[in-house]
Parts: sequence; structure tokens; C-alpha cells
Amino acid sequence: MSLAIDALRCTGCKLCQIVCSVANFGENNPKKAAIRIVSKLFTEARYEVVVCDQCGECIDACPFEAISLVEGVVTIDPELCTNCGICVDACPKDAMFTHGEVDHPIKCILCGECAKLCPRGILGSLEAADEGKVAG
Amino acid sequence: MYGYAGNILRVDLSSENIAIEPLTEELVDKYIGGRGFGAYYVYKEVPQGADPYGPGNILVFASGPFAGLLLPAGSKTSISAKSPATGIYGDSNVGGHLAGEMKYAGWDAIVIRGRANSPCYLFIDDDRVEIRPAGHIWGKGAIKTEEILKEELGDDFQIATIGPAGETGVVFACVNHDFGRQAGRCGMGAVMGSKNLKAIAVRGTRGVPVADIEGLRKVANDMFQELLSNPGLKIWQDLGLAQVTTWANSIAALPTRNFRENFYEDVDGLSGELMKETIVVRDKACFACPMATGKICKASFRGKTVLVEGPEYETTALIGSNCALRSIEEVAFANYLCDELGLDTISAGNVVGFAMECLEKGIITKEDLGGIEARFGSLDAFSDLVHKIAAREGVGDLLAEGVRGASSVWGDESKRIAIHVKGLEWSGYESRGAPSMMLAYMTCDIGAHHNRAWSVTHDIAVGRNIIEGKAAKVIEFQHVRPLFDCFGVCRLQWVELGLPLEHYAKLYPVVTGRKDSWEDLLRKSERIWNLTRAFAVREKEDFGRADDWPPRRFYEEPVPDGPVEGMHITEDDLNVLLDEYYEIRGWDADGRPTADTLTKLGLEDVATELRRMGRIK
Repeated sequence: MSLAIDALRCTGCKLCQIVCSVANFGENNPKKAAIRIVSKLFTEARYEVVVCDQCGECIDACPFEAISLVEGVVTIDPELCTNCGICVDACPKDAMFTHGEVDHPIKCILCGECAKLCPRGILGSLEAADEGKVAG
Repeated sequence: MYGYAGNILRVDLSSENIAIEPLTEELVDKYIGGRGFGAYYVYKEVPQGADPYGPGNILVFASGPFAGLLLPAGSKTSISAKSPATGIYGDSNVGGHLAGEMKYAGWDAIVIRGRANSPCYLFIDDDRVEIRPAGHIWGKGAIKTEEILKEELGDDFQIATIGPAGETGVVFACVNHDFGRQAGRCGMGAVMGSKNLKAIAVRGTRGVPVADIEGLRKVANDMFQELLSNPGLKIWQDLGLAQVTTWANSIAALPTRNFRENFYEDVDGLSGELMKETIVVRDKACFACPMATGKICKASFRGKTVLVEGPEYETTALIGSNCALRSIEEVAFANYLCDELGLDTISAGNVVGFAMECLEKGIITKEDLGGIEARFGSLDAFSDLVHKIAAREGVGDLLAEGVRGASSVWGDESKRIAIHVKGLEWSGYESRGAPSMMLAYMTCDIGAHHNRAWSVTHDIAVGRNIIEGKAAKVIEFQHVRPLFDCFGVCRLQWVELGLPLEHYAKLYPVVTGRKDSWEDLLRKSERIWNLTRAFAVREKEDFGRADDWPPRRFYEEPVPDGPVEGMHITEDDLNVLLDEYYEIRGWDADGRPTADTLTKLGLEDVATELRRMGRIK
């Protein structure tokens, strides 16, 4: 499972980032979020959506066995995590985020909150992702 | 303080002193945020008679309590200063992502004074604030400058820049942000340039505390669900503000050939539908906005192909029909030129349209324009003129003073057709057939801009010939619309999609924890309105009715053609509009706030000062 993303239709509003931070951290802070909208405006007139696609490479990379597959979702156990940063470097999508106030990396747990409010519906649904319509 | 970052950043570019000031309860309680903060600081700290280009002027970037939060389009930064265009209080706001970023970095407002010895930019990374050299970006285009700084600092910095026109002090130089959004009006870019300040770059990592996060989630969710299920949303997503062009033409309000007409026969070439079909490559939104009215277009001219955000309605009206361009791609290219040079498209379209008509009427000659054959419909002429303006080269040096400045040299007949109020060029609604809209332009506190009161639909609803009774509606708008500029949130969701104001009234307590009712908030907005008026009254000994007067064209020439052909407004009508307006506002017969009115609004100090100066009774 992962979020099905149609990034070429992203308008760069970053509502997903603020939704994620409020849903998962109870805070209005888009830097404390498991999704990032990156601007490629100046060169390509588009945005990039950076979010975990649950590929699981971080599971193998973690030396502390703090990352595992829980009900199909790649999940960090904050108790075991030492915040060493190895998974952050290992992530092929650069979708393992860090924040100074959080003592473990931040990654998408497929709560689906961002997809509910995305004005263009470009974050799709978890079901669509199950059907293989995953752009990454 | 809930809803706020809690701090004001003070930067003196002369002494390079950087200081932190805690946000006070009193400031928040009296002025809310955004434009309210700007008005407060500009009134308090810019002395009467100060040179707008001098180190004594201040430039305020202010966010508001709703900016950067989980709610629709909390995207607006207000930029305020004494305006070089008008000589009175000026502000302009810009969407994008700067307002939230300032708060994430810990700053509700940035107050900049002084003048740097050499070109600099302001670097803000949470608490780390530095005045950095900007020699490598000075002289560069506004968009190019942002691109360079994003490459140097990273995409997670939000950046506001000026173009060459800001550096040379063109009175309608804008501030650019987020690729193609501008705080266009009142020459805020010129004030920035006069301080040798090329850009501001901000990154923040902190959360913004709110009083009731679950309450916010609930109200915000209701607002988003209403917007997302609104059948009107799709056309805004598809066409953005470009859809307004054909509508404005159909109601005879589209400025055409320097406001001579209000109906453009070639409007089909400028339509939003055509724009979408032919040149739009991407939709683009400001922070947390479902509408995404920004449209990135690809446009070519003279063998050069560019990407540009826009044109939106105002640009198409003032550069398109007002200069009689015939294709939306030409307008898009002209939009690109203005953005990169750092010129407000509204004023630029006015200034070029004015020069075109002066040439056509023989008020000036081609030689006066440095040999430029500035005929209506010529993008070549538009391009040549705006380049000269930005460089202040030849006739560009005169046109850089706006239509008021240029008409003071080109003589009385040109003054008749210099379309401005208080020195600010008129935005996109020709109003001979819309008296309340006319009054809105006449009395707008920053000059002829539509943002404070957009009441043309009111004229259509209650009768376009009717004069009496219209002032009340204008005043109602002048209090509610600027509230959005105080909150740091975009008003289009309410204006265009009918999102009820009740939602915003509910947001205020869950965000701030304050008990103010909507009526209380409107009262604060009225206080701010009177404060900006008081600035003008303090500034100019004879400030009053004459400053609220529209250009002669509008009462000397009936509408020549189109759906409201023959309609006109008389000087008597204008006086009736103003008499009613002043009376409801509690101002004297010449438009000056009375001491009693100021005192009732909690502006006792202002009343005392103006009375001591003999400005008011």
C-alpha cells in the first residue's frame, strides 16, 4: 500500500503538509510532516510530491531493528529508534524527514488525512494504491 | 499568544542593528494583524513629511493570526509603508507562502528602517537573522533573483524580491514572491529598493500555537468540505481569475483604451477560456488554497519563450484591453516583462495606456516618447516603454512617476485622462456606470484600488443610475474586506464561492482564544480605516474632498459605446456620494475624521495630535 499520487496536477498549496502536522503532531507546523511539496517552478513549472511509498528499504537499513512492517505499513518504533539518521540517508525517495523537536525521523504512516482534503484529489486513496495505480 | 508567533523583528539597515520586540496584547487587541499592524507602525513611526525614499520611512512585512494555519488560504502578507506613489499610507498584500513562513520562524511582523550602505538582502532562519550582501543579485530580474536565492539557500526558504524597477525607485515598483505573485500596489518595491534591500529570505521550523486545536480542525474541516463540494469551485480551478475578463466586458466595466471605453470589441482574444486552451501549462495555488487561481503560462514574443504566472484579471484588463492588445499570449508576455522588471501590472498598464492616448490625441509627440511609436495595440511599444521605465531612462524617468507625475508635465489636457486617485492608478473596473464602485475607488485609503470595496455587483443589483444610499454599502465593504488583510487570509473563498463569513467569525476564537464578536472585529477594522485616513490628514494640510475626486474623464465624457452607452456621472452626483459617505463615517464636510469619531474608535492620541496641528476640529 501507498498513496497514489498524480504529481503533475499538484498546485503546490501544501495543504497536505499542514493537515499532516495537525493530524499527527497536534500542531500547525508544515515542517513537522511526513509529506513535502517541493517547487520545480523556475525550471519545469511543476511541483514534486515527496512522500514514503512504503518500499521498505529503510527496514533493512536500520541497525536497531526499529523499523518494521506493521499491517502493511512501514513503521518506526520510537522506543527502539536512536535517531541515528541512517534510514534518512538510505531512503531512495528522500521521504524520511527530520525535525529538531522530534526525536525520530518522520515518515508517512498512511493515515490518509492529507488525501481527504487534497483539493485536486491528487493524493488519491489507499484503495487506488492497492489497485496498483501508484506513481510514487 | 495564540494564533501568533509572539515576536516582532526590528531591522535597522543603517546601523545594522537587529532587535526583537515581544508582540503586545495591546497591539493585537487594537489592530489584529497584517494591514492593522502595518497601519499602526507606519502612523506611529513615520514622521510627518518624511521622504518615502528616505531612511526615515519604514517597510513593514506583517502576517496575521490566520496565516500559516490549517484553514483555507491563510496565505497573505501585508506590506506597508509611506507610499512614494501617493505620499500617504500605502499597503499591498501578496499570497504565496511567506506569511506562514514568517510565523514558523517566530515573527509576526518584520519592521525595516534605515538604508543599507550597499545592496543587501535579509536572511532569516528561525532566530538567526543576518543582513547579507546582495551585490550578485542587484540589477537582476525579480523572478531570476528568487531563483538564484532558492538555489543558494534551498527550496524551503520563502523569498520576496524586487526587480530593477524597485532599485531605481519607480513609484509603481512591486514586491515579488513565489515565482509569480506580487504585492503590486503603492510602490512597496520602490521603498524596498530605496533601502538597498533586494530581497528577504525566510525559513521557519516552529509550530504556531492555537487556543483550541480540535475546534480549529472542526471549523476548518467544515470550510474545506463546503469549498470542495461547491459546484462553483471547478471553474475557478480551471480558469482562475482569467474568467472575469469576459464577464467584466459584458457588464461594461472593462477598462479599454485608457478607460475611454468600458467595452472591448476584441475581448474574445483575451478570454480565460482561450488562455486555458492555448497557453496555460500548470495550475498554481497559494498556501492551503483549494481554488488555485494561479495559472502558469508559456508565452513567446520576438523569438523569446518564457514561463509566467498569470495573467490574472487585473493584468488582462489593464495591459490587455486598456492598451488594446489583441491576444492573451501578448498579455502574458507583457505580464512576464513587468514581473521580471518588478513593475505592478495594474499601474504599468495604466501608464502605458495613458502614454498611448496622449500620443494619439497629439498631447505629446513620438519624439517626446524617445521615438517610440506607442500606438494602442502595440506590444513592441509596451515592451520598449516598460524597459525605459524600469531603467528610468529618457521618457521612462518621467513615466516612472506614474500618471499623476507624468500628467503634471504633459499639461492640463493630459491630466483629464490621467486615471488615478491620490496618485495611485485605477485598477480594473471602469465605473461611470457603477456609482458605488466609483465611490469605492474615490475613497479607498491607498488610492484607486478595488480591494477595499468591490461593489460593482451592488450597483447592478440595485440600479446603475442610483446615487443615493450607495455610500453605506461601500463603507460596509471597506470594513469587512480589509479584515481579511488583517487576518492574513485570502478573501476570494468568501467573495467568489460564497463561503459564509460566520466561519471566519468562528475561526477567530478557536485560533486566538479571544472573545471578540464579528461586530467587535469590524469595529477594529473601522479603527484601522480611520487611522490610515488620519495619516493622510496629518501628512497634507489641505487633505480632503479634492483628494477623493476622480479624473475629469469620468464626469466629462459619457460612456461612448457598449452596453451602457451614454451613461455618465455628474459632479453633483459625486458630491452627493461623498456627502453621504463622510456623514456616515463621522467625518467633517471635507472628509476629515472628527476628534469625536477618532476618540470613539479608541484613537484619542491621534485626535489630540491632529487637533494640536490644527488639522481637525
